[in-house]
Amino acid sequence: MARADQKFGWLELRPGGLYCAPADIYIDPGRGVPNAIITHGHADHARPGHGKVLATAETLAIMGVRYPADTPETQALAYGERITIGGVHIWLAPAGHVLGSAQVALEYGGERIVVSGDYKRRPDPTAAAFEVIKCDLFITEATFALPVFRHPPAEQEVQKLLTSIAQFPEQAHVLGVYGLGKCQRMLSLVREAGFEEPIYLHGALIKLTELYQGFGFDFGDVRPVAGTDKAELATALIFAPPSAIQDKWSRRFQNPRTAVASGWMRVRARARQRGAELPLVISDHADWDELLMTCKETGAEEVWITHGREDALAHALIAAGQRAHPLCIAGREEEAA
Amino acid sequence: MQVFASLLDALAFTPSRNAKLRLIGDYLRTTPDPARGYALAALTGALSFSGAKSAVIRGLVAERVDPDLFAMSYDYVGDLAETVALIWPEHPRNAPPPTIDTVVDELSAASRAEVPRLLEAWLDVLDADGRWALLKLATGGLRVGVSARLAKVALADAFDKEAAEIEEIWHGLEPPYPTLFDWLEGNGSMPDPGAGAGFRPVMLANPLDEAAIDKLDPSTYRAEWKWDGVRVQAVSRNGEQRLYTRTGDDISGSFPDVVAGFDFNGVIDGELLVRGEGKPGIDGLVPVAAFSALQKRLGRKRPSVKLQQASPGMIRAYDMLFDGDEDVRGGTFDERRARLEAWGTTAPDVFDISPLVPFASWAELIEIRAGARADGIEGLMLKLGAAPYTAGRPQGPWFKWKRAPLTLDLVVMYAQRGHGRRSSYFSDYTFGAWTGDDTLVPVGKAYSGFTDKELAALDKWVRANTTDRFGPVRQVAPGLVFEVAFDAAQRSTRHKSGVALRFPRIKRIRWDKPIEEADRLETVLALADG
Repeated sequence: MARADQKFGWLELRPGGLYCAPADIYIDPGRGVPNAIITHGHADHARPGHGKVLATAETLAIMGVRYPADTPETQALAYGERITIGGVHIWLAPAGHVLGSAQVALEYGGERIVVSGDYKRRPDPTAAAFEVIKCDLFITEATFALPVFRHPPAEQEVQKLLTSIAQFPEQAHVLGVYGLGKCQRMLSLVREAGFEEPIYLHGALIKLTELYQGFGFDFGDVRPVAGTDKAELATALIFAPPSAIQDKWSRRFQNPRTAVASGWMRVRARARQRGAELPLVISDHADWDELLMTCKETGAEEVWITHGREDALAHALIAAGQRAHPLCIAGREEEAA
Repeated sequence: MQVFASLLDALAFTPSRNAKLRLIGDYLRTTPDPARGYALAALTGALSFSGAKSAVIRGLVAERVDPDLFAMSYDYVGDLAETVALIWPEHPRNAPPPTIDTVVDELSAASRAEVPRLLEAWLDVLDADGRWALLKLATGGLRVGVSARLAKVALADAFDKEAAEIEEIWHGLEPPYPTLFDWLEGNGSMPDPGAGAGFRPVMLANPLDEAAIDKLDPSTYRAEWKWDGVRVQAVSRNGEQRLYTRTGDDISGSFPDVVAGFDFNGVIDGELLVRGEGKPGIDGLVPVAAFSALQKRLGRKRPSVKLQQASPGMIRAYDMLFDGDEDVRGGTFDERRARLEAWGTTAPDVFDISPLVPFASWAELIEIRAGARADGIEGLMLKLGAAPYTAGRPQGPWFKWKRAPLTLDLVVMYAQRGHGRRSSYFSDYTFGAWTGDDTLVPVGKAYSGFTDKELAALDKWVRANTTDRFGPVRQVAPGLVFEVAFDAAQRSTRHKSGVALRFPRIKRIRWDKPIEEADRLETVLALADG
């Protein structure tokens, strides 16, 4: 990796992850480190075992729910609030991905680097909207970096679910959603579309939904599946983690219609693999067009690409005249797509 | 086109038959003419366009998309139409998307050279689902798990008619079926099927409940051999010849050798078989080849002359629907039989007549059935002498009585998840027999009507014994034996084991049986060789 006297040499890739040497701090490290900035609460970005954690108050709260036994020293930073560590000016900006998700902006020696974390450009009632920051180096995610991934309007996808509920009123509808972000965004979208019946939640979704409610989000009548009798669930709308749909847990519902809300649902083979009868293409990541647009809007002379389809995005950016290369960070998984 | 696209999309992901019927039925009830007529034509396979080959679509996308990005995407998605539908660049659209009737009309009228520009213009104004539906429609083969038969059943259900009524008139109709929908909605009379070579819905048998056989009077029933072929309807009327399956699919093209011999006038019901070689078969009839020979021919849309000579088709007739121009379906089985036998004396060479099997008592017939192991026979049919030919599956007049199944003890090798209510259970199983070097080779796969309790126990066993995963399939450690029942074993070059089981089903779970005592491949092969 580059040395400190080279361009952008003050940010380097170490086995633990992206490391800013003058500030002695990692960004979303894959293992426990003394000092970490965490972009958002998904498990492949927010790990336990750090000495000190810098993040938004929402992200710190989410980590508290996920890792109750982990007690690092914490520092909450509001969007736009600047601090300086070891001569590096640091601030966080909204990434639009999930509640509390942030991009990390770093300035040092006349250079500005922005680490995007995971982000999306579509409106989301449960996450502050992405903010474009002009920079010299932009480090972007690339989860959906193939031109086949172009997310349709979320409202249109939600309507598919409501149409099925109207067309198959005698069946339960089980919707697979990730516990952090997608679950609460779908609750909001389904309510915005006018669905007023109770929505039942799998046990794994409850704590984080309560956390969102604590931050002031209103999801209407939301109840736990556990303890509700079978007759009441037989025609209900139920949210569960995607893995629960093909698991023994789903056996409590007589003949359910299974839906999954994820950007991966765009590709039929992936949707079938997940056992989705009703694939809803709703993603918390930027799609192909938005990745290209964002890289351009930052005005960055160079783009580094992390976790996802680095090859395709690098190819397209280079063709468009930007310097770009893949950055291989180990330990990234497909969570919360 | 967008509404049709939503329907196709929903159908593609819905495994349940009942849910598919509802999706199609709702669409046909609520969509205006002529769009619904063209959609019905697409679902029943009645449309085909010659100019929209996959090379045309590749050419179109190459003009719009970077070849490297297309290659990476195609590699990821795996299906050409889907990749193109997803990757097609989108711009703000001014023109409205085309309706399905516009697409069908213009594609039908277009010359081969005009097709690419038509497709391109539509791709520009449709969304991803619409583009996918367009490409599927244009290139043929929707592949959404809907047969022509299912679409017709959905149509009948949606308008409170019998599927047989639709079948009866279907072949006289042309897309977008205005007279059909007028009749269905009570605005017109039932369309006249006319005197053409259309398909007539067939009469089907129910399985015989052996325990209740004594309640039937043996003197009122006639017995026939049940042949191991494909039920067909041979139609030759007013100079037009057709061969249909029992669901009304036209397979004339696959059997030109058979259809060329339709030098008669009428509609015959019978079994499509492949002539075998060697000594005459049962009752001195022409010998019949194994089912695999027929299967090979069914798979060829345009069979080579060589294949036609090696596996010549023939029809063993057992009923008559039209004698010349006369509809004889209202007559009794005995009356139709007399006509069939009279016709048989001068029938073309591709036909012979399936003989009646004489018997005086049920006891005698039971003995005859037990002894019937000849090639090409699956068991017996019982038909009430006084019954007319009634489309559908009426209770009582016709029974199928298959010979007792063969059974083998086989070792479970792979398990796969079911669908719908069973999507969390492993309900489809592949099982194998021991080879000479004590390894297992798969010989069949079956889905079974396990009880919920058995299913739960099996499921638990699979989860505890999984050794590998391939998508929805689990490989399991050898440790469980199924008693598998099947109708026949046949030599097969398609299967690694060299043998295929006909109609395998899981009879019992043998929790008690050690896997070493399961059957060996040589036993299975011996059954195939008779």
